[in-house]
Amino acid sequence: MTSSTTDDSVYATERETTEGRVFNVTGGDWDTVTGSIDPLSNEKIVVNMGPQHPSTHGVLRLVLELEGETVTEARPVVGYLHTGIEKSLEYRNWVQGVTFVTRADYLAPMFNEAGYCLAVEKLLGITDEITERANTIRVLFMELNRISSHLVWLGTTGLELGAISMMLYGFREREHILQIFEETSGLRMNAAYIRPGGVAQDLPPSAEKKIRDFLVYMPKKLKEYEAMLSGQAIWHERTKGVAVLDVTGCLALGVTGPVLRSAGLAWDLRKTMPYCGYETYEFDVPTATTADVWGRYLVRIAEIKESLKIVEQAMDRLKPGPVMIADKKIAWPAQLAVGLDGMGNSLEHVAKIMGQSMESLIHHFKLVTEGFRVPPGQVYVGIEHPRGELGVHAVSDGGTHPYRVHMRDPSFVNLQAIPAMAEGALLADVIAGGASLDPVMGGCDR
Amino acid sequence: MSVEPNPNGGVPVEADPVGADFDAPAQTPASPQQKGMFGISGTGDVSGFGGLVRRRPELVGSPKPYGGYFDEVTDALEEAYPGFADAIEKVVVDRGELTLHIVPEKIAEVAQIMRDDEALRFELLSSLSGVDYLGSDPRRLHICYELVSMTYRRRIRLEAAIPAGASLPSVTTVYPTADWQERETYDMFGVIFTGHPNLTRVLMPDDWEGFPQRKDYPLGGVPVEYKGAEIPPPDQRRVYQ
Repeated sequence: MTSSTTDDSVYATERETTEGRVFNVTGGDWDTVTGSIDPLSNEKIVVNMGPQHPSTHGVLRLVLELEGETVTEARPVVGYLHTGIEKSLEYRNWVQGVTFVTRADYLAPMFNEAGYCLAVEKLLGITDEITERANTIRVLFMELNRISSHLVWLGTTGLELGAISMMLYGFREREHILQIFEETSGLRMNAAYIRPGGVAQDLPPSAEKKIRDFLVYMPKKLKEYEAMLSGQAIWHERTKGVAVLDVTGCLALGVTGPVLRSAGLAWDLRKTMPYCGYETYEFDVPTATTADVWGRYLVRIAEIKESLKIVEQAMDRLKPGPVMIADKKIAWPAQLAVGLDGMGNSLEHVAKIMGQSMESLIHHFKLVTEGFRVPPGQVYVGIEHPRGELGVHAVSDGGTHPYRVHMRDPSFVNLQAIPAMAEGALLADVIAGGASLDPVMGGCDR
Repeated sequence: MSVEPNPNGGVPVEADPVGADFDAPAQTPASPQQKGMFGISGTGDVSGFGGLVRRRPELVGSPKPYGGYFDEVTDALEEAYPGFADAIEKVVVDRGELTLHIVPEKIAEVAQIMRDDEALRFELLSSLSGVDYLGSDPRRLHICYELVSMTYRRRIRLEAAIPAGASLPSVTTVYPTADWQERETYDMFGVIFTGHPNLTRVLMPDDWEGFPQRKDYPLGGVPVEYKGAEIPPPDQRRVYQ
């Protein structure tokens, strides 16, 4: 056994043993390391927050320049979750596109589907032919999805600002909504339920019952949330006057949704440019005037209540009827059914095309494999997503595949506001400000 | 087995499609070899109409009156903007949407007036993105600006077309929200916006080569091996056209 020490005392001492070389770390050199830094010229620290950070909602990376605890410069870096959804769409037919877009913003899949389908329907010129029941179910599911998305926001933001139990509650209540989606479409998330021409299949009675139960259950829970957070001193400290962005700032940066409404502008596409029959529902557009995180909290809580109102109205006006457009050139040829292995063609339909009708088989084959053609042209459809305006710009060249689909995702555009909110504020408020934008990176990066 | 690549098929090139039918591969990007999983070459079309020559729909301007608020918007722009005749190439009304085709160099000027004029007031640029019309337009890259007027509750679209490698002015000084959206359009299409403060890639890695959303850029994907079976990249799988 030999032992040796290097001459330079900065390095850790080491010695050879039968097990290998062993280092003896004392850490006593910190004085010399810190002593050589000039405290005046090196006050600034650059911190890389993310892309793997629990408080950045997924893979958002923030490059922060700090002076003490004050943020002097914030640079958001995105793109870590880019999956090329827009490009992949061009290689699939129009109906298959739904399964791609639903995976963009994974907390609001129904909105992605609805926005895309409304764009395809506008290109086809069949917007007015969508059946009443299909439109009502779309509204129903979008509003349930809005509630579930806001619940995740409430839960994660609560977690980040110190109210850890809020996270558990938020996800607990969201589970009820996901079960409704599962009951209807066979999938909890990314259901590809809304299809061009209507919805994939009818709402089963068991799901209707679940929705009715949820309408009784949710308001009680909302009261609990408000009892827990609204009067809470720490919650006030962390949210009031934090990450202020006024209307001018929002419009310049393109920020829409609850953030814009928290600044006092009641701009909600469901009211201002209605679609899917939203003009026939009775609901308010909640606003706040504080333009801070507190205001955004109030707006989102109020929006959950308004969404519950819409869900209730939609449930009351659900009348039996077709959920798919009558045009056989567009409508999916089979009534789909949820089986043990997920959603698929109903057995009745399979028996018919395989045993009785050759024409039905040909029709089914052509429409399912090749898809329908969409006349050339371009459209833009904007819908009110939980995070703001979701725009779908769809271009067709007359073929069976989309020529180009661009999704204007609110997370992507809203994230530009982080520097405006964070610079000059404290490091801890970057978390609150970023969370109040509710970014979902799946949607941002697509 | 070797299959000759179909001269009419394959990767779209900057030429009018010859002998193409209604759904020719020129509009549906295909693999360079044009070989599917089952050795299909060409379009794979079994309808019997494969020899028909397809005329690409030409974009024509709409006649006045345009209907709805479109007349008010165009008249207000004409009144507020002296260079209207030089800057507007075409006015197209389709599916209830108004598209003003703008000379690319004038786009920032027009956007400024669109935002500031009292009769127009398009306060919000809600979306900015590109479309690649390879093969059907020599100025293949079209940039679409979706404007919203919150005051009047109106939407219109501005569209500017440039050839690949050309540039057009950035609208970030008028609409700061265009910042990331122009970066995305640069990232995906290689459109250069002059005057943009920081025109770098935003979604793709910084050192990426090529512009993925262009039509001559193949769909990515590496062959995936799974228990001995190989799955080809998506663009080489069987496709029904």
